[in-house]
Order: sequence, then structure tokens, then C-alpha cells
Amino acid sequence: MPKIKLPTQSPHIDMTPMVDLFSVVLIFLMLTTTMRQPEPATVDTPFSISETPTPDFNMMTFLLAPDGKVFMNFDNGPDTILAFRPKILQEMGKRYEIEFTEAELRFFQRYKSSIGVPILQMKEFLSTNDNNVRNRLNVGVPLDSADNQLAMWVLYARQVNPNIQACIKGDSETEFATVEKVLDILQEKNVNRFNLITSLEAAKINLEEIQQ
Amino acid sequence: MAEIIQEEKGKGGKRRAKKHPPHIDMTPMVDLMCLLIVFFMLTTAFSKSKIMEIILPEKIKDPSKQEAPRISASRTLNIILGPDGKIYTYPGSVKPEEYSAVPPILPPLNETDYSADGIRKIMLDRNRTLARRIAEFRQEVVSGKITISPDSVRSTISKMKTDDDTGPIVLIKAYKKANYGNFVDILDEMNICGIARYTFVKIAWYEERMVELAAGVAPTATASAR
Repeated sequence: MPKIKLPTQSPHIDMTPMVDLFSVVLIFLMLTTTMRQPEPATVDTPFSISETPTPDFNMMTFLLAPDGKVFMNFDNGPDTILAFRPKILQEMGKRYEIEFTEAELRFFQRYKSSIGVPILQMKEFLSTNDNNVRNRLNVGVPLDSADNQLAMWVLYARQVNPNIQACIKGDSETEFATVEKVLDILQEKNVNRFNLITSLEAAKINLEEIQQ
Repeated sequence: MAEIIQEEKGKGGKRRAKKHPPHIDMTPMVDLMCLLIVFFMLTTAFSKSKIMEIILPEKIKDPSKQEAPRISASRTLNIILGPDGKIYTYPGSVKPEEYSAVPPILPPLNETDYSADGIRKIMLDRNRTLARRIAEFRQEVVSGKITISPDSVRSTISKMKTDDDTGPIVLIKAYKKANYGNFVDILDEMNICGIARYTFVKIAWYEERMVELAAGVAPTATASAR
């Protein structure tokens, strides 16, 4: 027994400061967090020296996947009460003679990540509860000249929200042909100002380098 | 550790319990917090992505109504984004007649890459005056000689660019095998070198052929069809 008693003096670490610290970090993270949205395709944005942050609202983002698929995402604007997204979808529905129900419009409004569903399958996409079905339908927006739905989306997005800006988020490996096609479609619809989404990489040149 | 403490309590009896306030074991709480912190750190998009603005010239829907802008050939630098991370540059301009002529009159096509010694050097060489002026201005702002707001820094630099009339006029063209990363890189390079005038134009068929010849790629169907 005495032998067992001896090690009872084992060092006891007070966890309280650690808990305090963790709480502070946790609260900080919880308050500052903006959840990363899952995207239909993984995209590694290229680097640039630009330091302008991405605007929070009034943007339509075109996601250009490396395999040439194009997805898009519209922002609700400064206030979700304005609800641009369902309006855009309604306009699209009118054009293609598809009637969307209230629930489907609401789902489209709430859907966070980018969408690349051909408009004819949109109804199925919005009404299903199965994620697999949704992924199967998310094949990229059709943009060939026979059925240029991307151009229509751009057109109605600009009609519903005239302040909307075009952002292009492409993978570094995306072939330029895709980029050019999207730029062409946008220019066709009189969008001449683009924001290319990039990651920051510091690269400065100094005076000596210029003077050599 | 938890077990030892419990044992201690049992052995110590009432005398001990009176001395010490009830001791709460924090370890599970710490565990939980660790998990939460790791979760939040992984899901948080910490660095907000940045944007690079590019304004393209408006598309001319009816070419007969508007004449192409005249720019001096001596100031023009053509940059063609080639396949496999290569860049081809040539000064001046080529006319389709010149290409079709026998023998074809071709400007020297210079091959380079995206490194600091490659395209950046070429552009800095041609844009020395403006680049130096911008760099000196930036230096003065950083060292505190001039104190102005970041907005005025930007507008001063853009004013310098507008006033400049010696730097190159860069025409960026992309061969279809180039990728989006190349495109962003070259625009970024324009910002780094402080090029005042650059724009993105569609590649002409003879330029495609020139690149194919230089890169040793078989001419593609679209190019030979024309």
C-alpha cells in the first residue's frame, strides 16, 4: 500500500487557463467564420498581386471548371429581401415556358453553391431531395450557339439587377477556349468589365531591378 | 489522471474534501473545444479571395461603321500566349497579305516564358521610364515622404499611366491551347510592370500558324480550313 500511495503526488495540471484560451479562440472563430461553400467542381484559382477584395454582393460568378464545364452563381444583392435569384429564375422559366412553384423558387433562392443545370432539368433539380440526383443533373450550363442558356441567364440577371458585376472564377488549368467562349457571351450581352477571382501572391519589383 | 484523483478522494476521506474546493475535471471540455476549433479552422474561408479587374474594349458589332483605332507599329508589342507555358512576342504588326506572300514576310518571333527573367524583363525594358516613375512614387509613399490615402495613390498611378506616351502598347493574344492561368499571369505581369496600355485581342489565323510553326505543333483543322 505505501508503495502505491507515493505516486499520488503526480503533478496535476490545471486545465483552466487552457480552457480559457480555447474559449477565446473558439468564440473568435465562430464570430468571424464564413463557411466555405462546397462547389460543384474543385477550382484552384491562379495567383495575382491584386489586393482588391471580392465584393460581397451584386455579383454573378462564373465557375470555369478544368474540364470545360461552366457553373454560375448569383448573389442576392445587399439585402436578401430584394430576392433577385427567384426573379431571375422566374424570367428564365417564362422564356422556356416552365412554371416554377413557390417551393422551387425558394429552394433556388436558398441554394448556396454554384449551379450548372440545363433549364429543362431545373425543375427536377429543385424538387428532388436526393443529393446524388442533384449532382447528376449539375452538368454545366449549356453555352453552345444552338441553345445558349448562359447568355439568357446573363441577360435576365442584368435585367433583374442592373448593378450586377461579372466575376470569373477559373481553374489555372482551364483551357482558354472555354474562357474565351464565356467572355464572348458576356461581351455579346454588353458586359465589358470583368473581375477575375484570384488568390493573393506578393510579387513586387524594386527600383534596382528597373535601373539595371 | 482522472482515476488517480478519484482514488485520492476516496482515501482522503472527509478531511481532504473540506480542505479543497470540489475539483472539476476539465479534460473532456478541453477535448471538445479542440475538436470544435479544428472544425472551425478547417471550414473557415480565412483569406477572402481577391479580384483582378479587366475591362475589355466594347465589341464592335458593325465593323463598317467604325474604323479600327490606329496605333503606331513601333510602340506595339504583341504577346501570344502559347501552349505549354510558353510566350511568343513580336514587335509591330503582321498583315495577312504579308503572311501569304511568297516568301512570307514574318517578324522575328521571340520565345520566352512567365518567369521574372522572361516576359517581365522584356516588358520592363520597354517600359522603363514609367515603371521607374511608379516605383519611385511607391517608394516615397512607403518611406513616408509623401503621406496620402491609398485611394489617391491609386489615382496618381493611373494618372501617370494616362500621361505616359513612351511605353509599349501591348496586345495580348491567346493561342487556344493556352490556359486560364496563363491569361491571369500575363495580366498580372502587366500590373507588376505598370504597363499603361494593354488590351486583349482575338488571335488572328496567321498568328496561330506562326505559333504552330514555332512550337512545332501540327496545324489544327480550324487553322488550315481558312
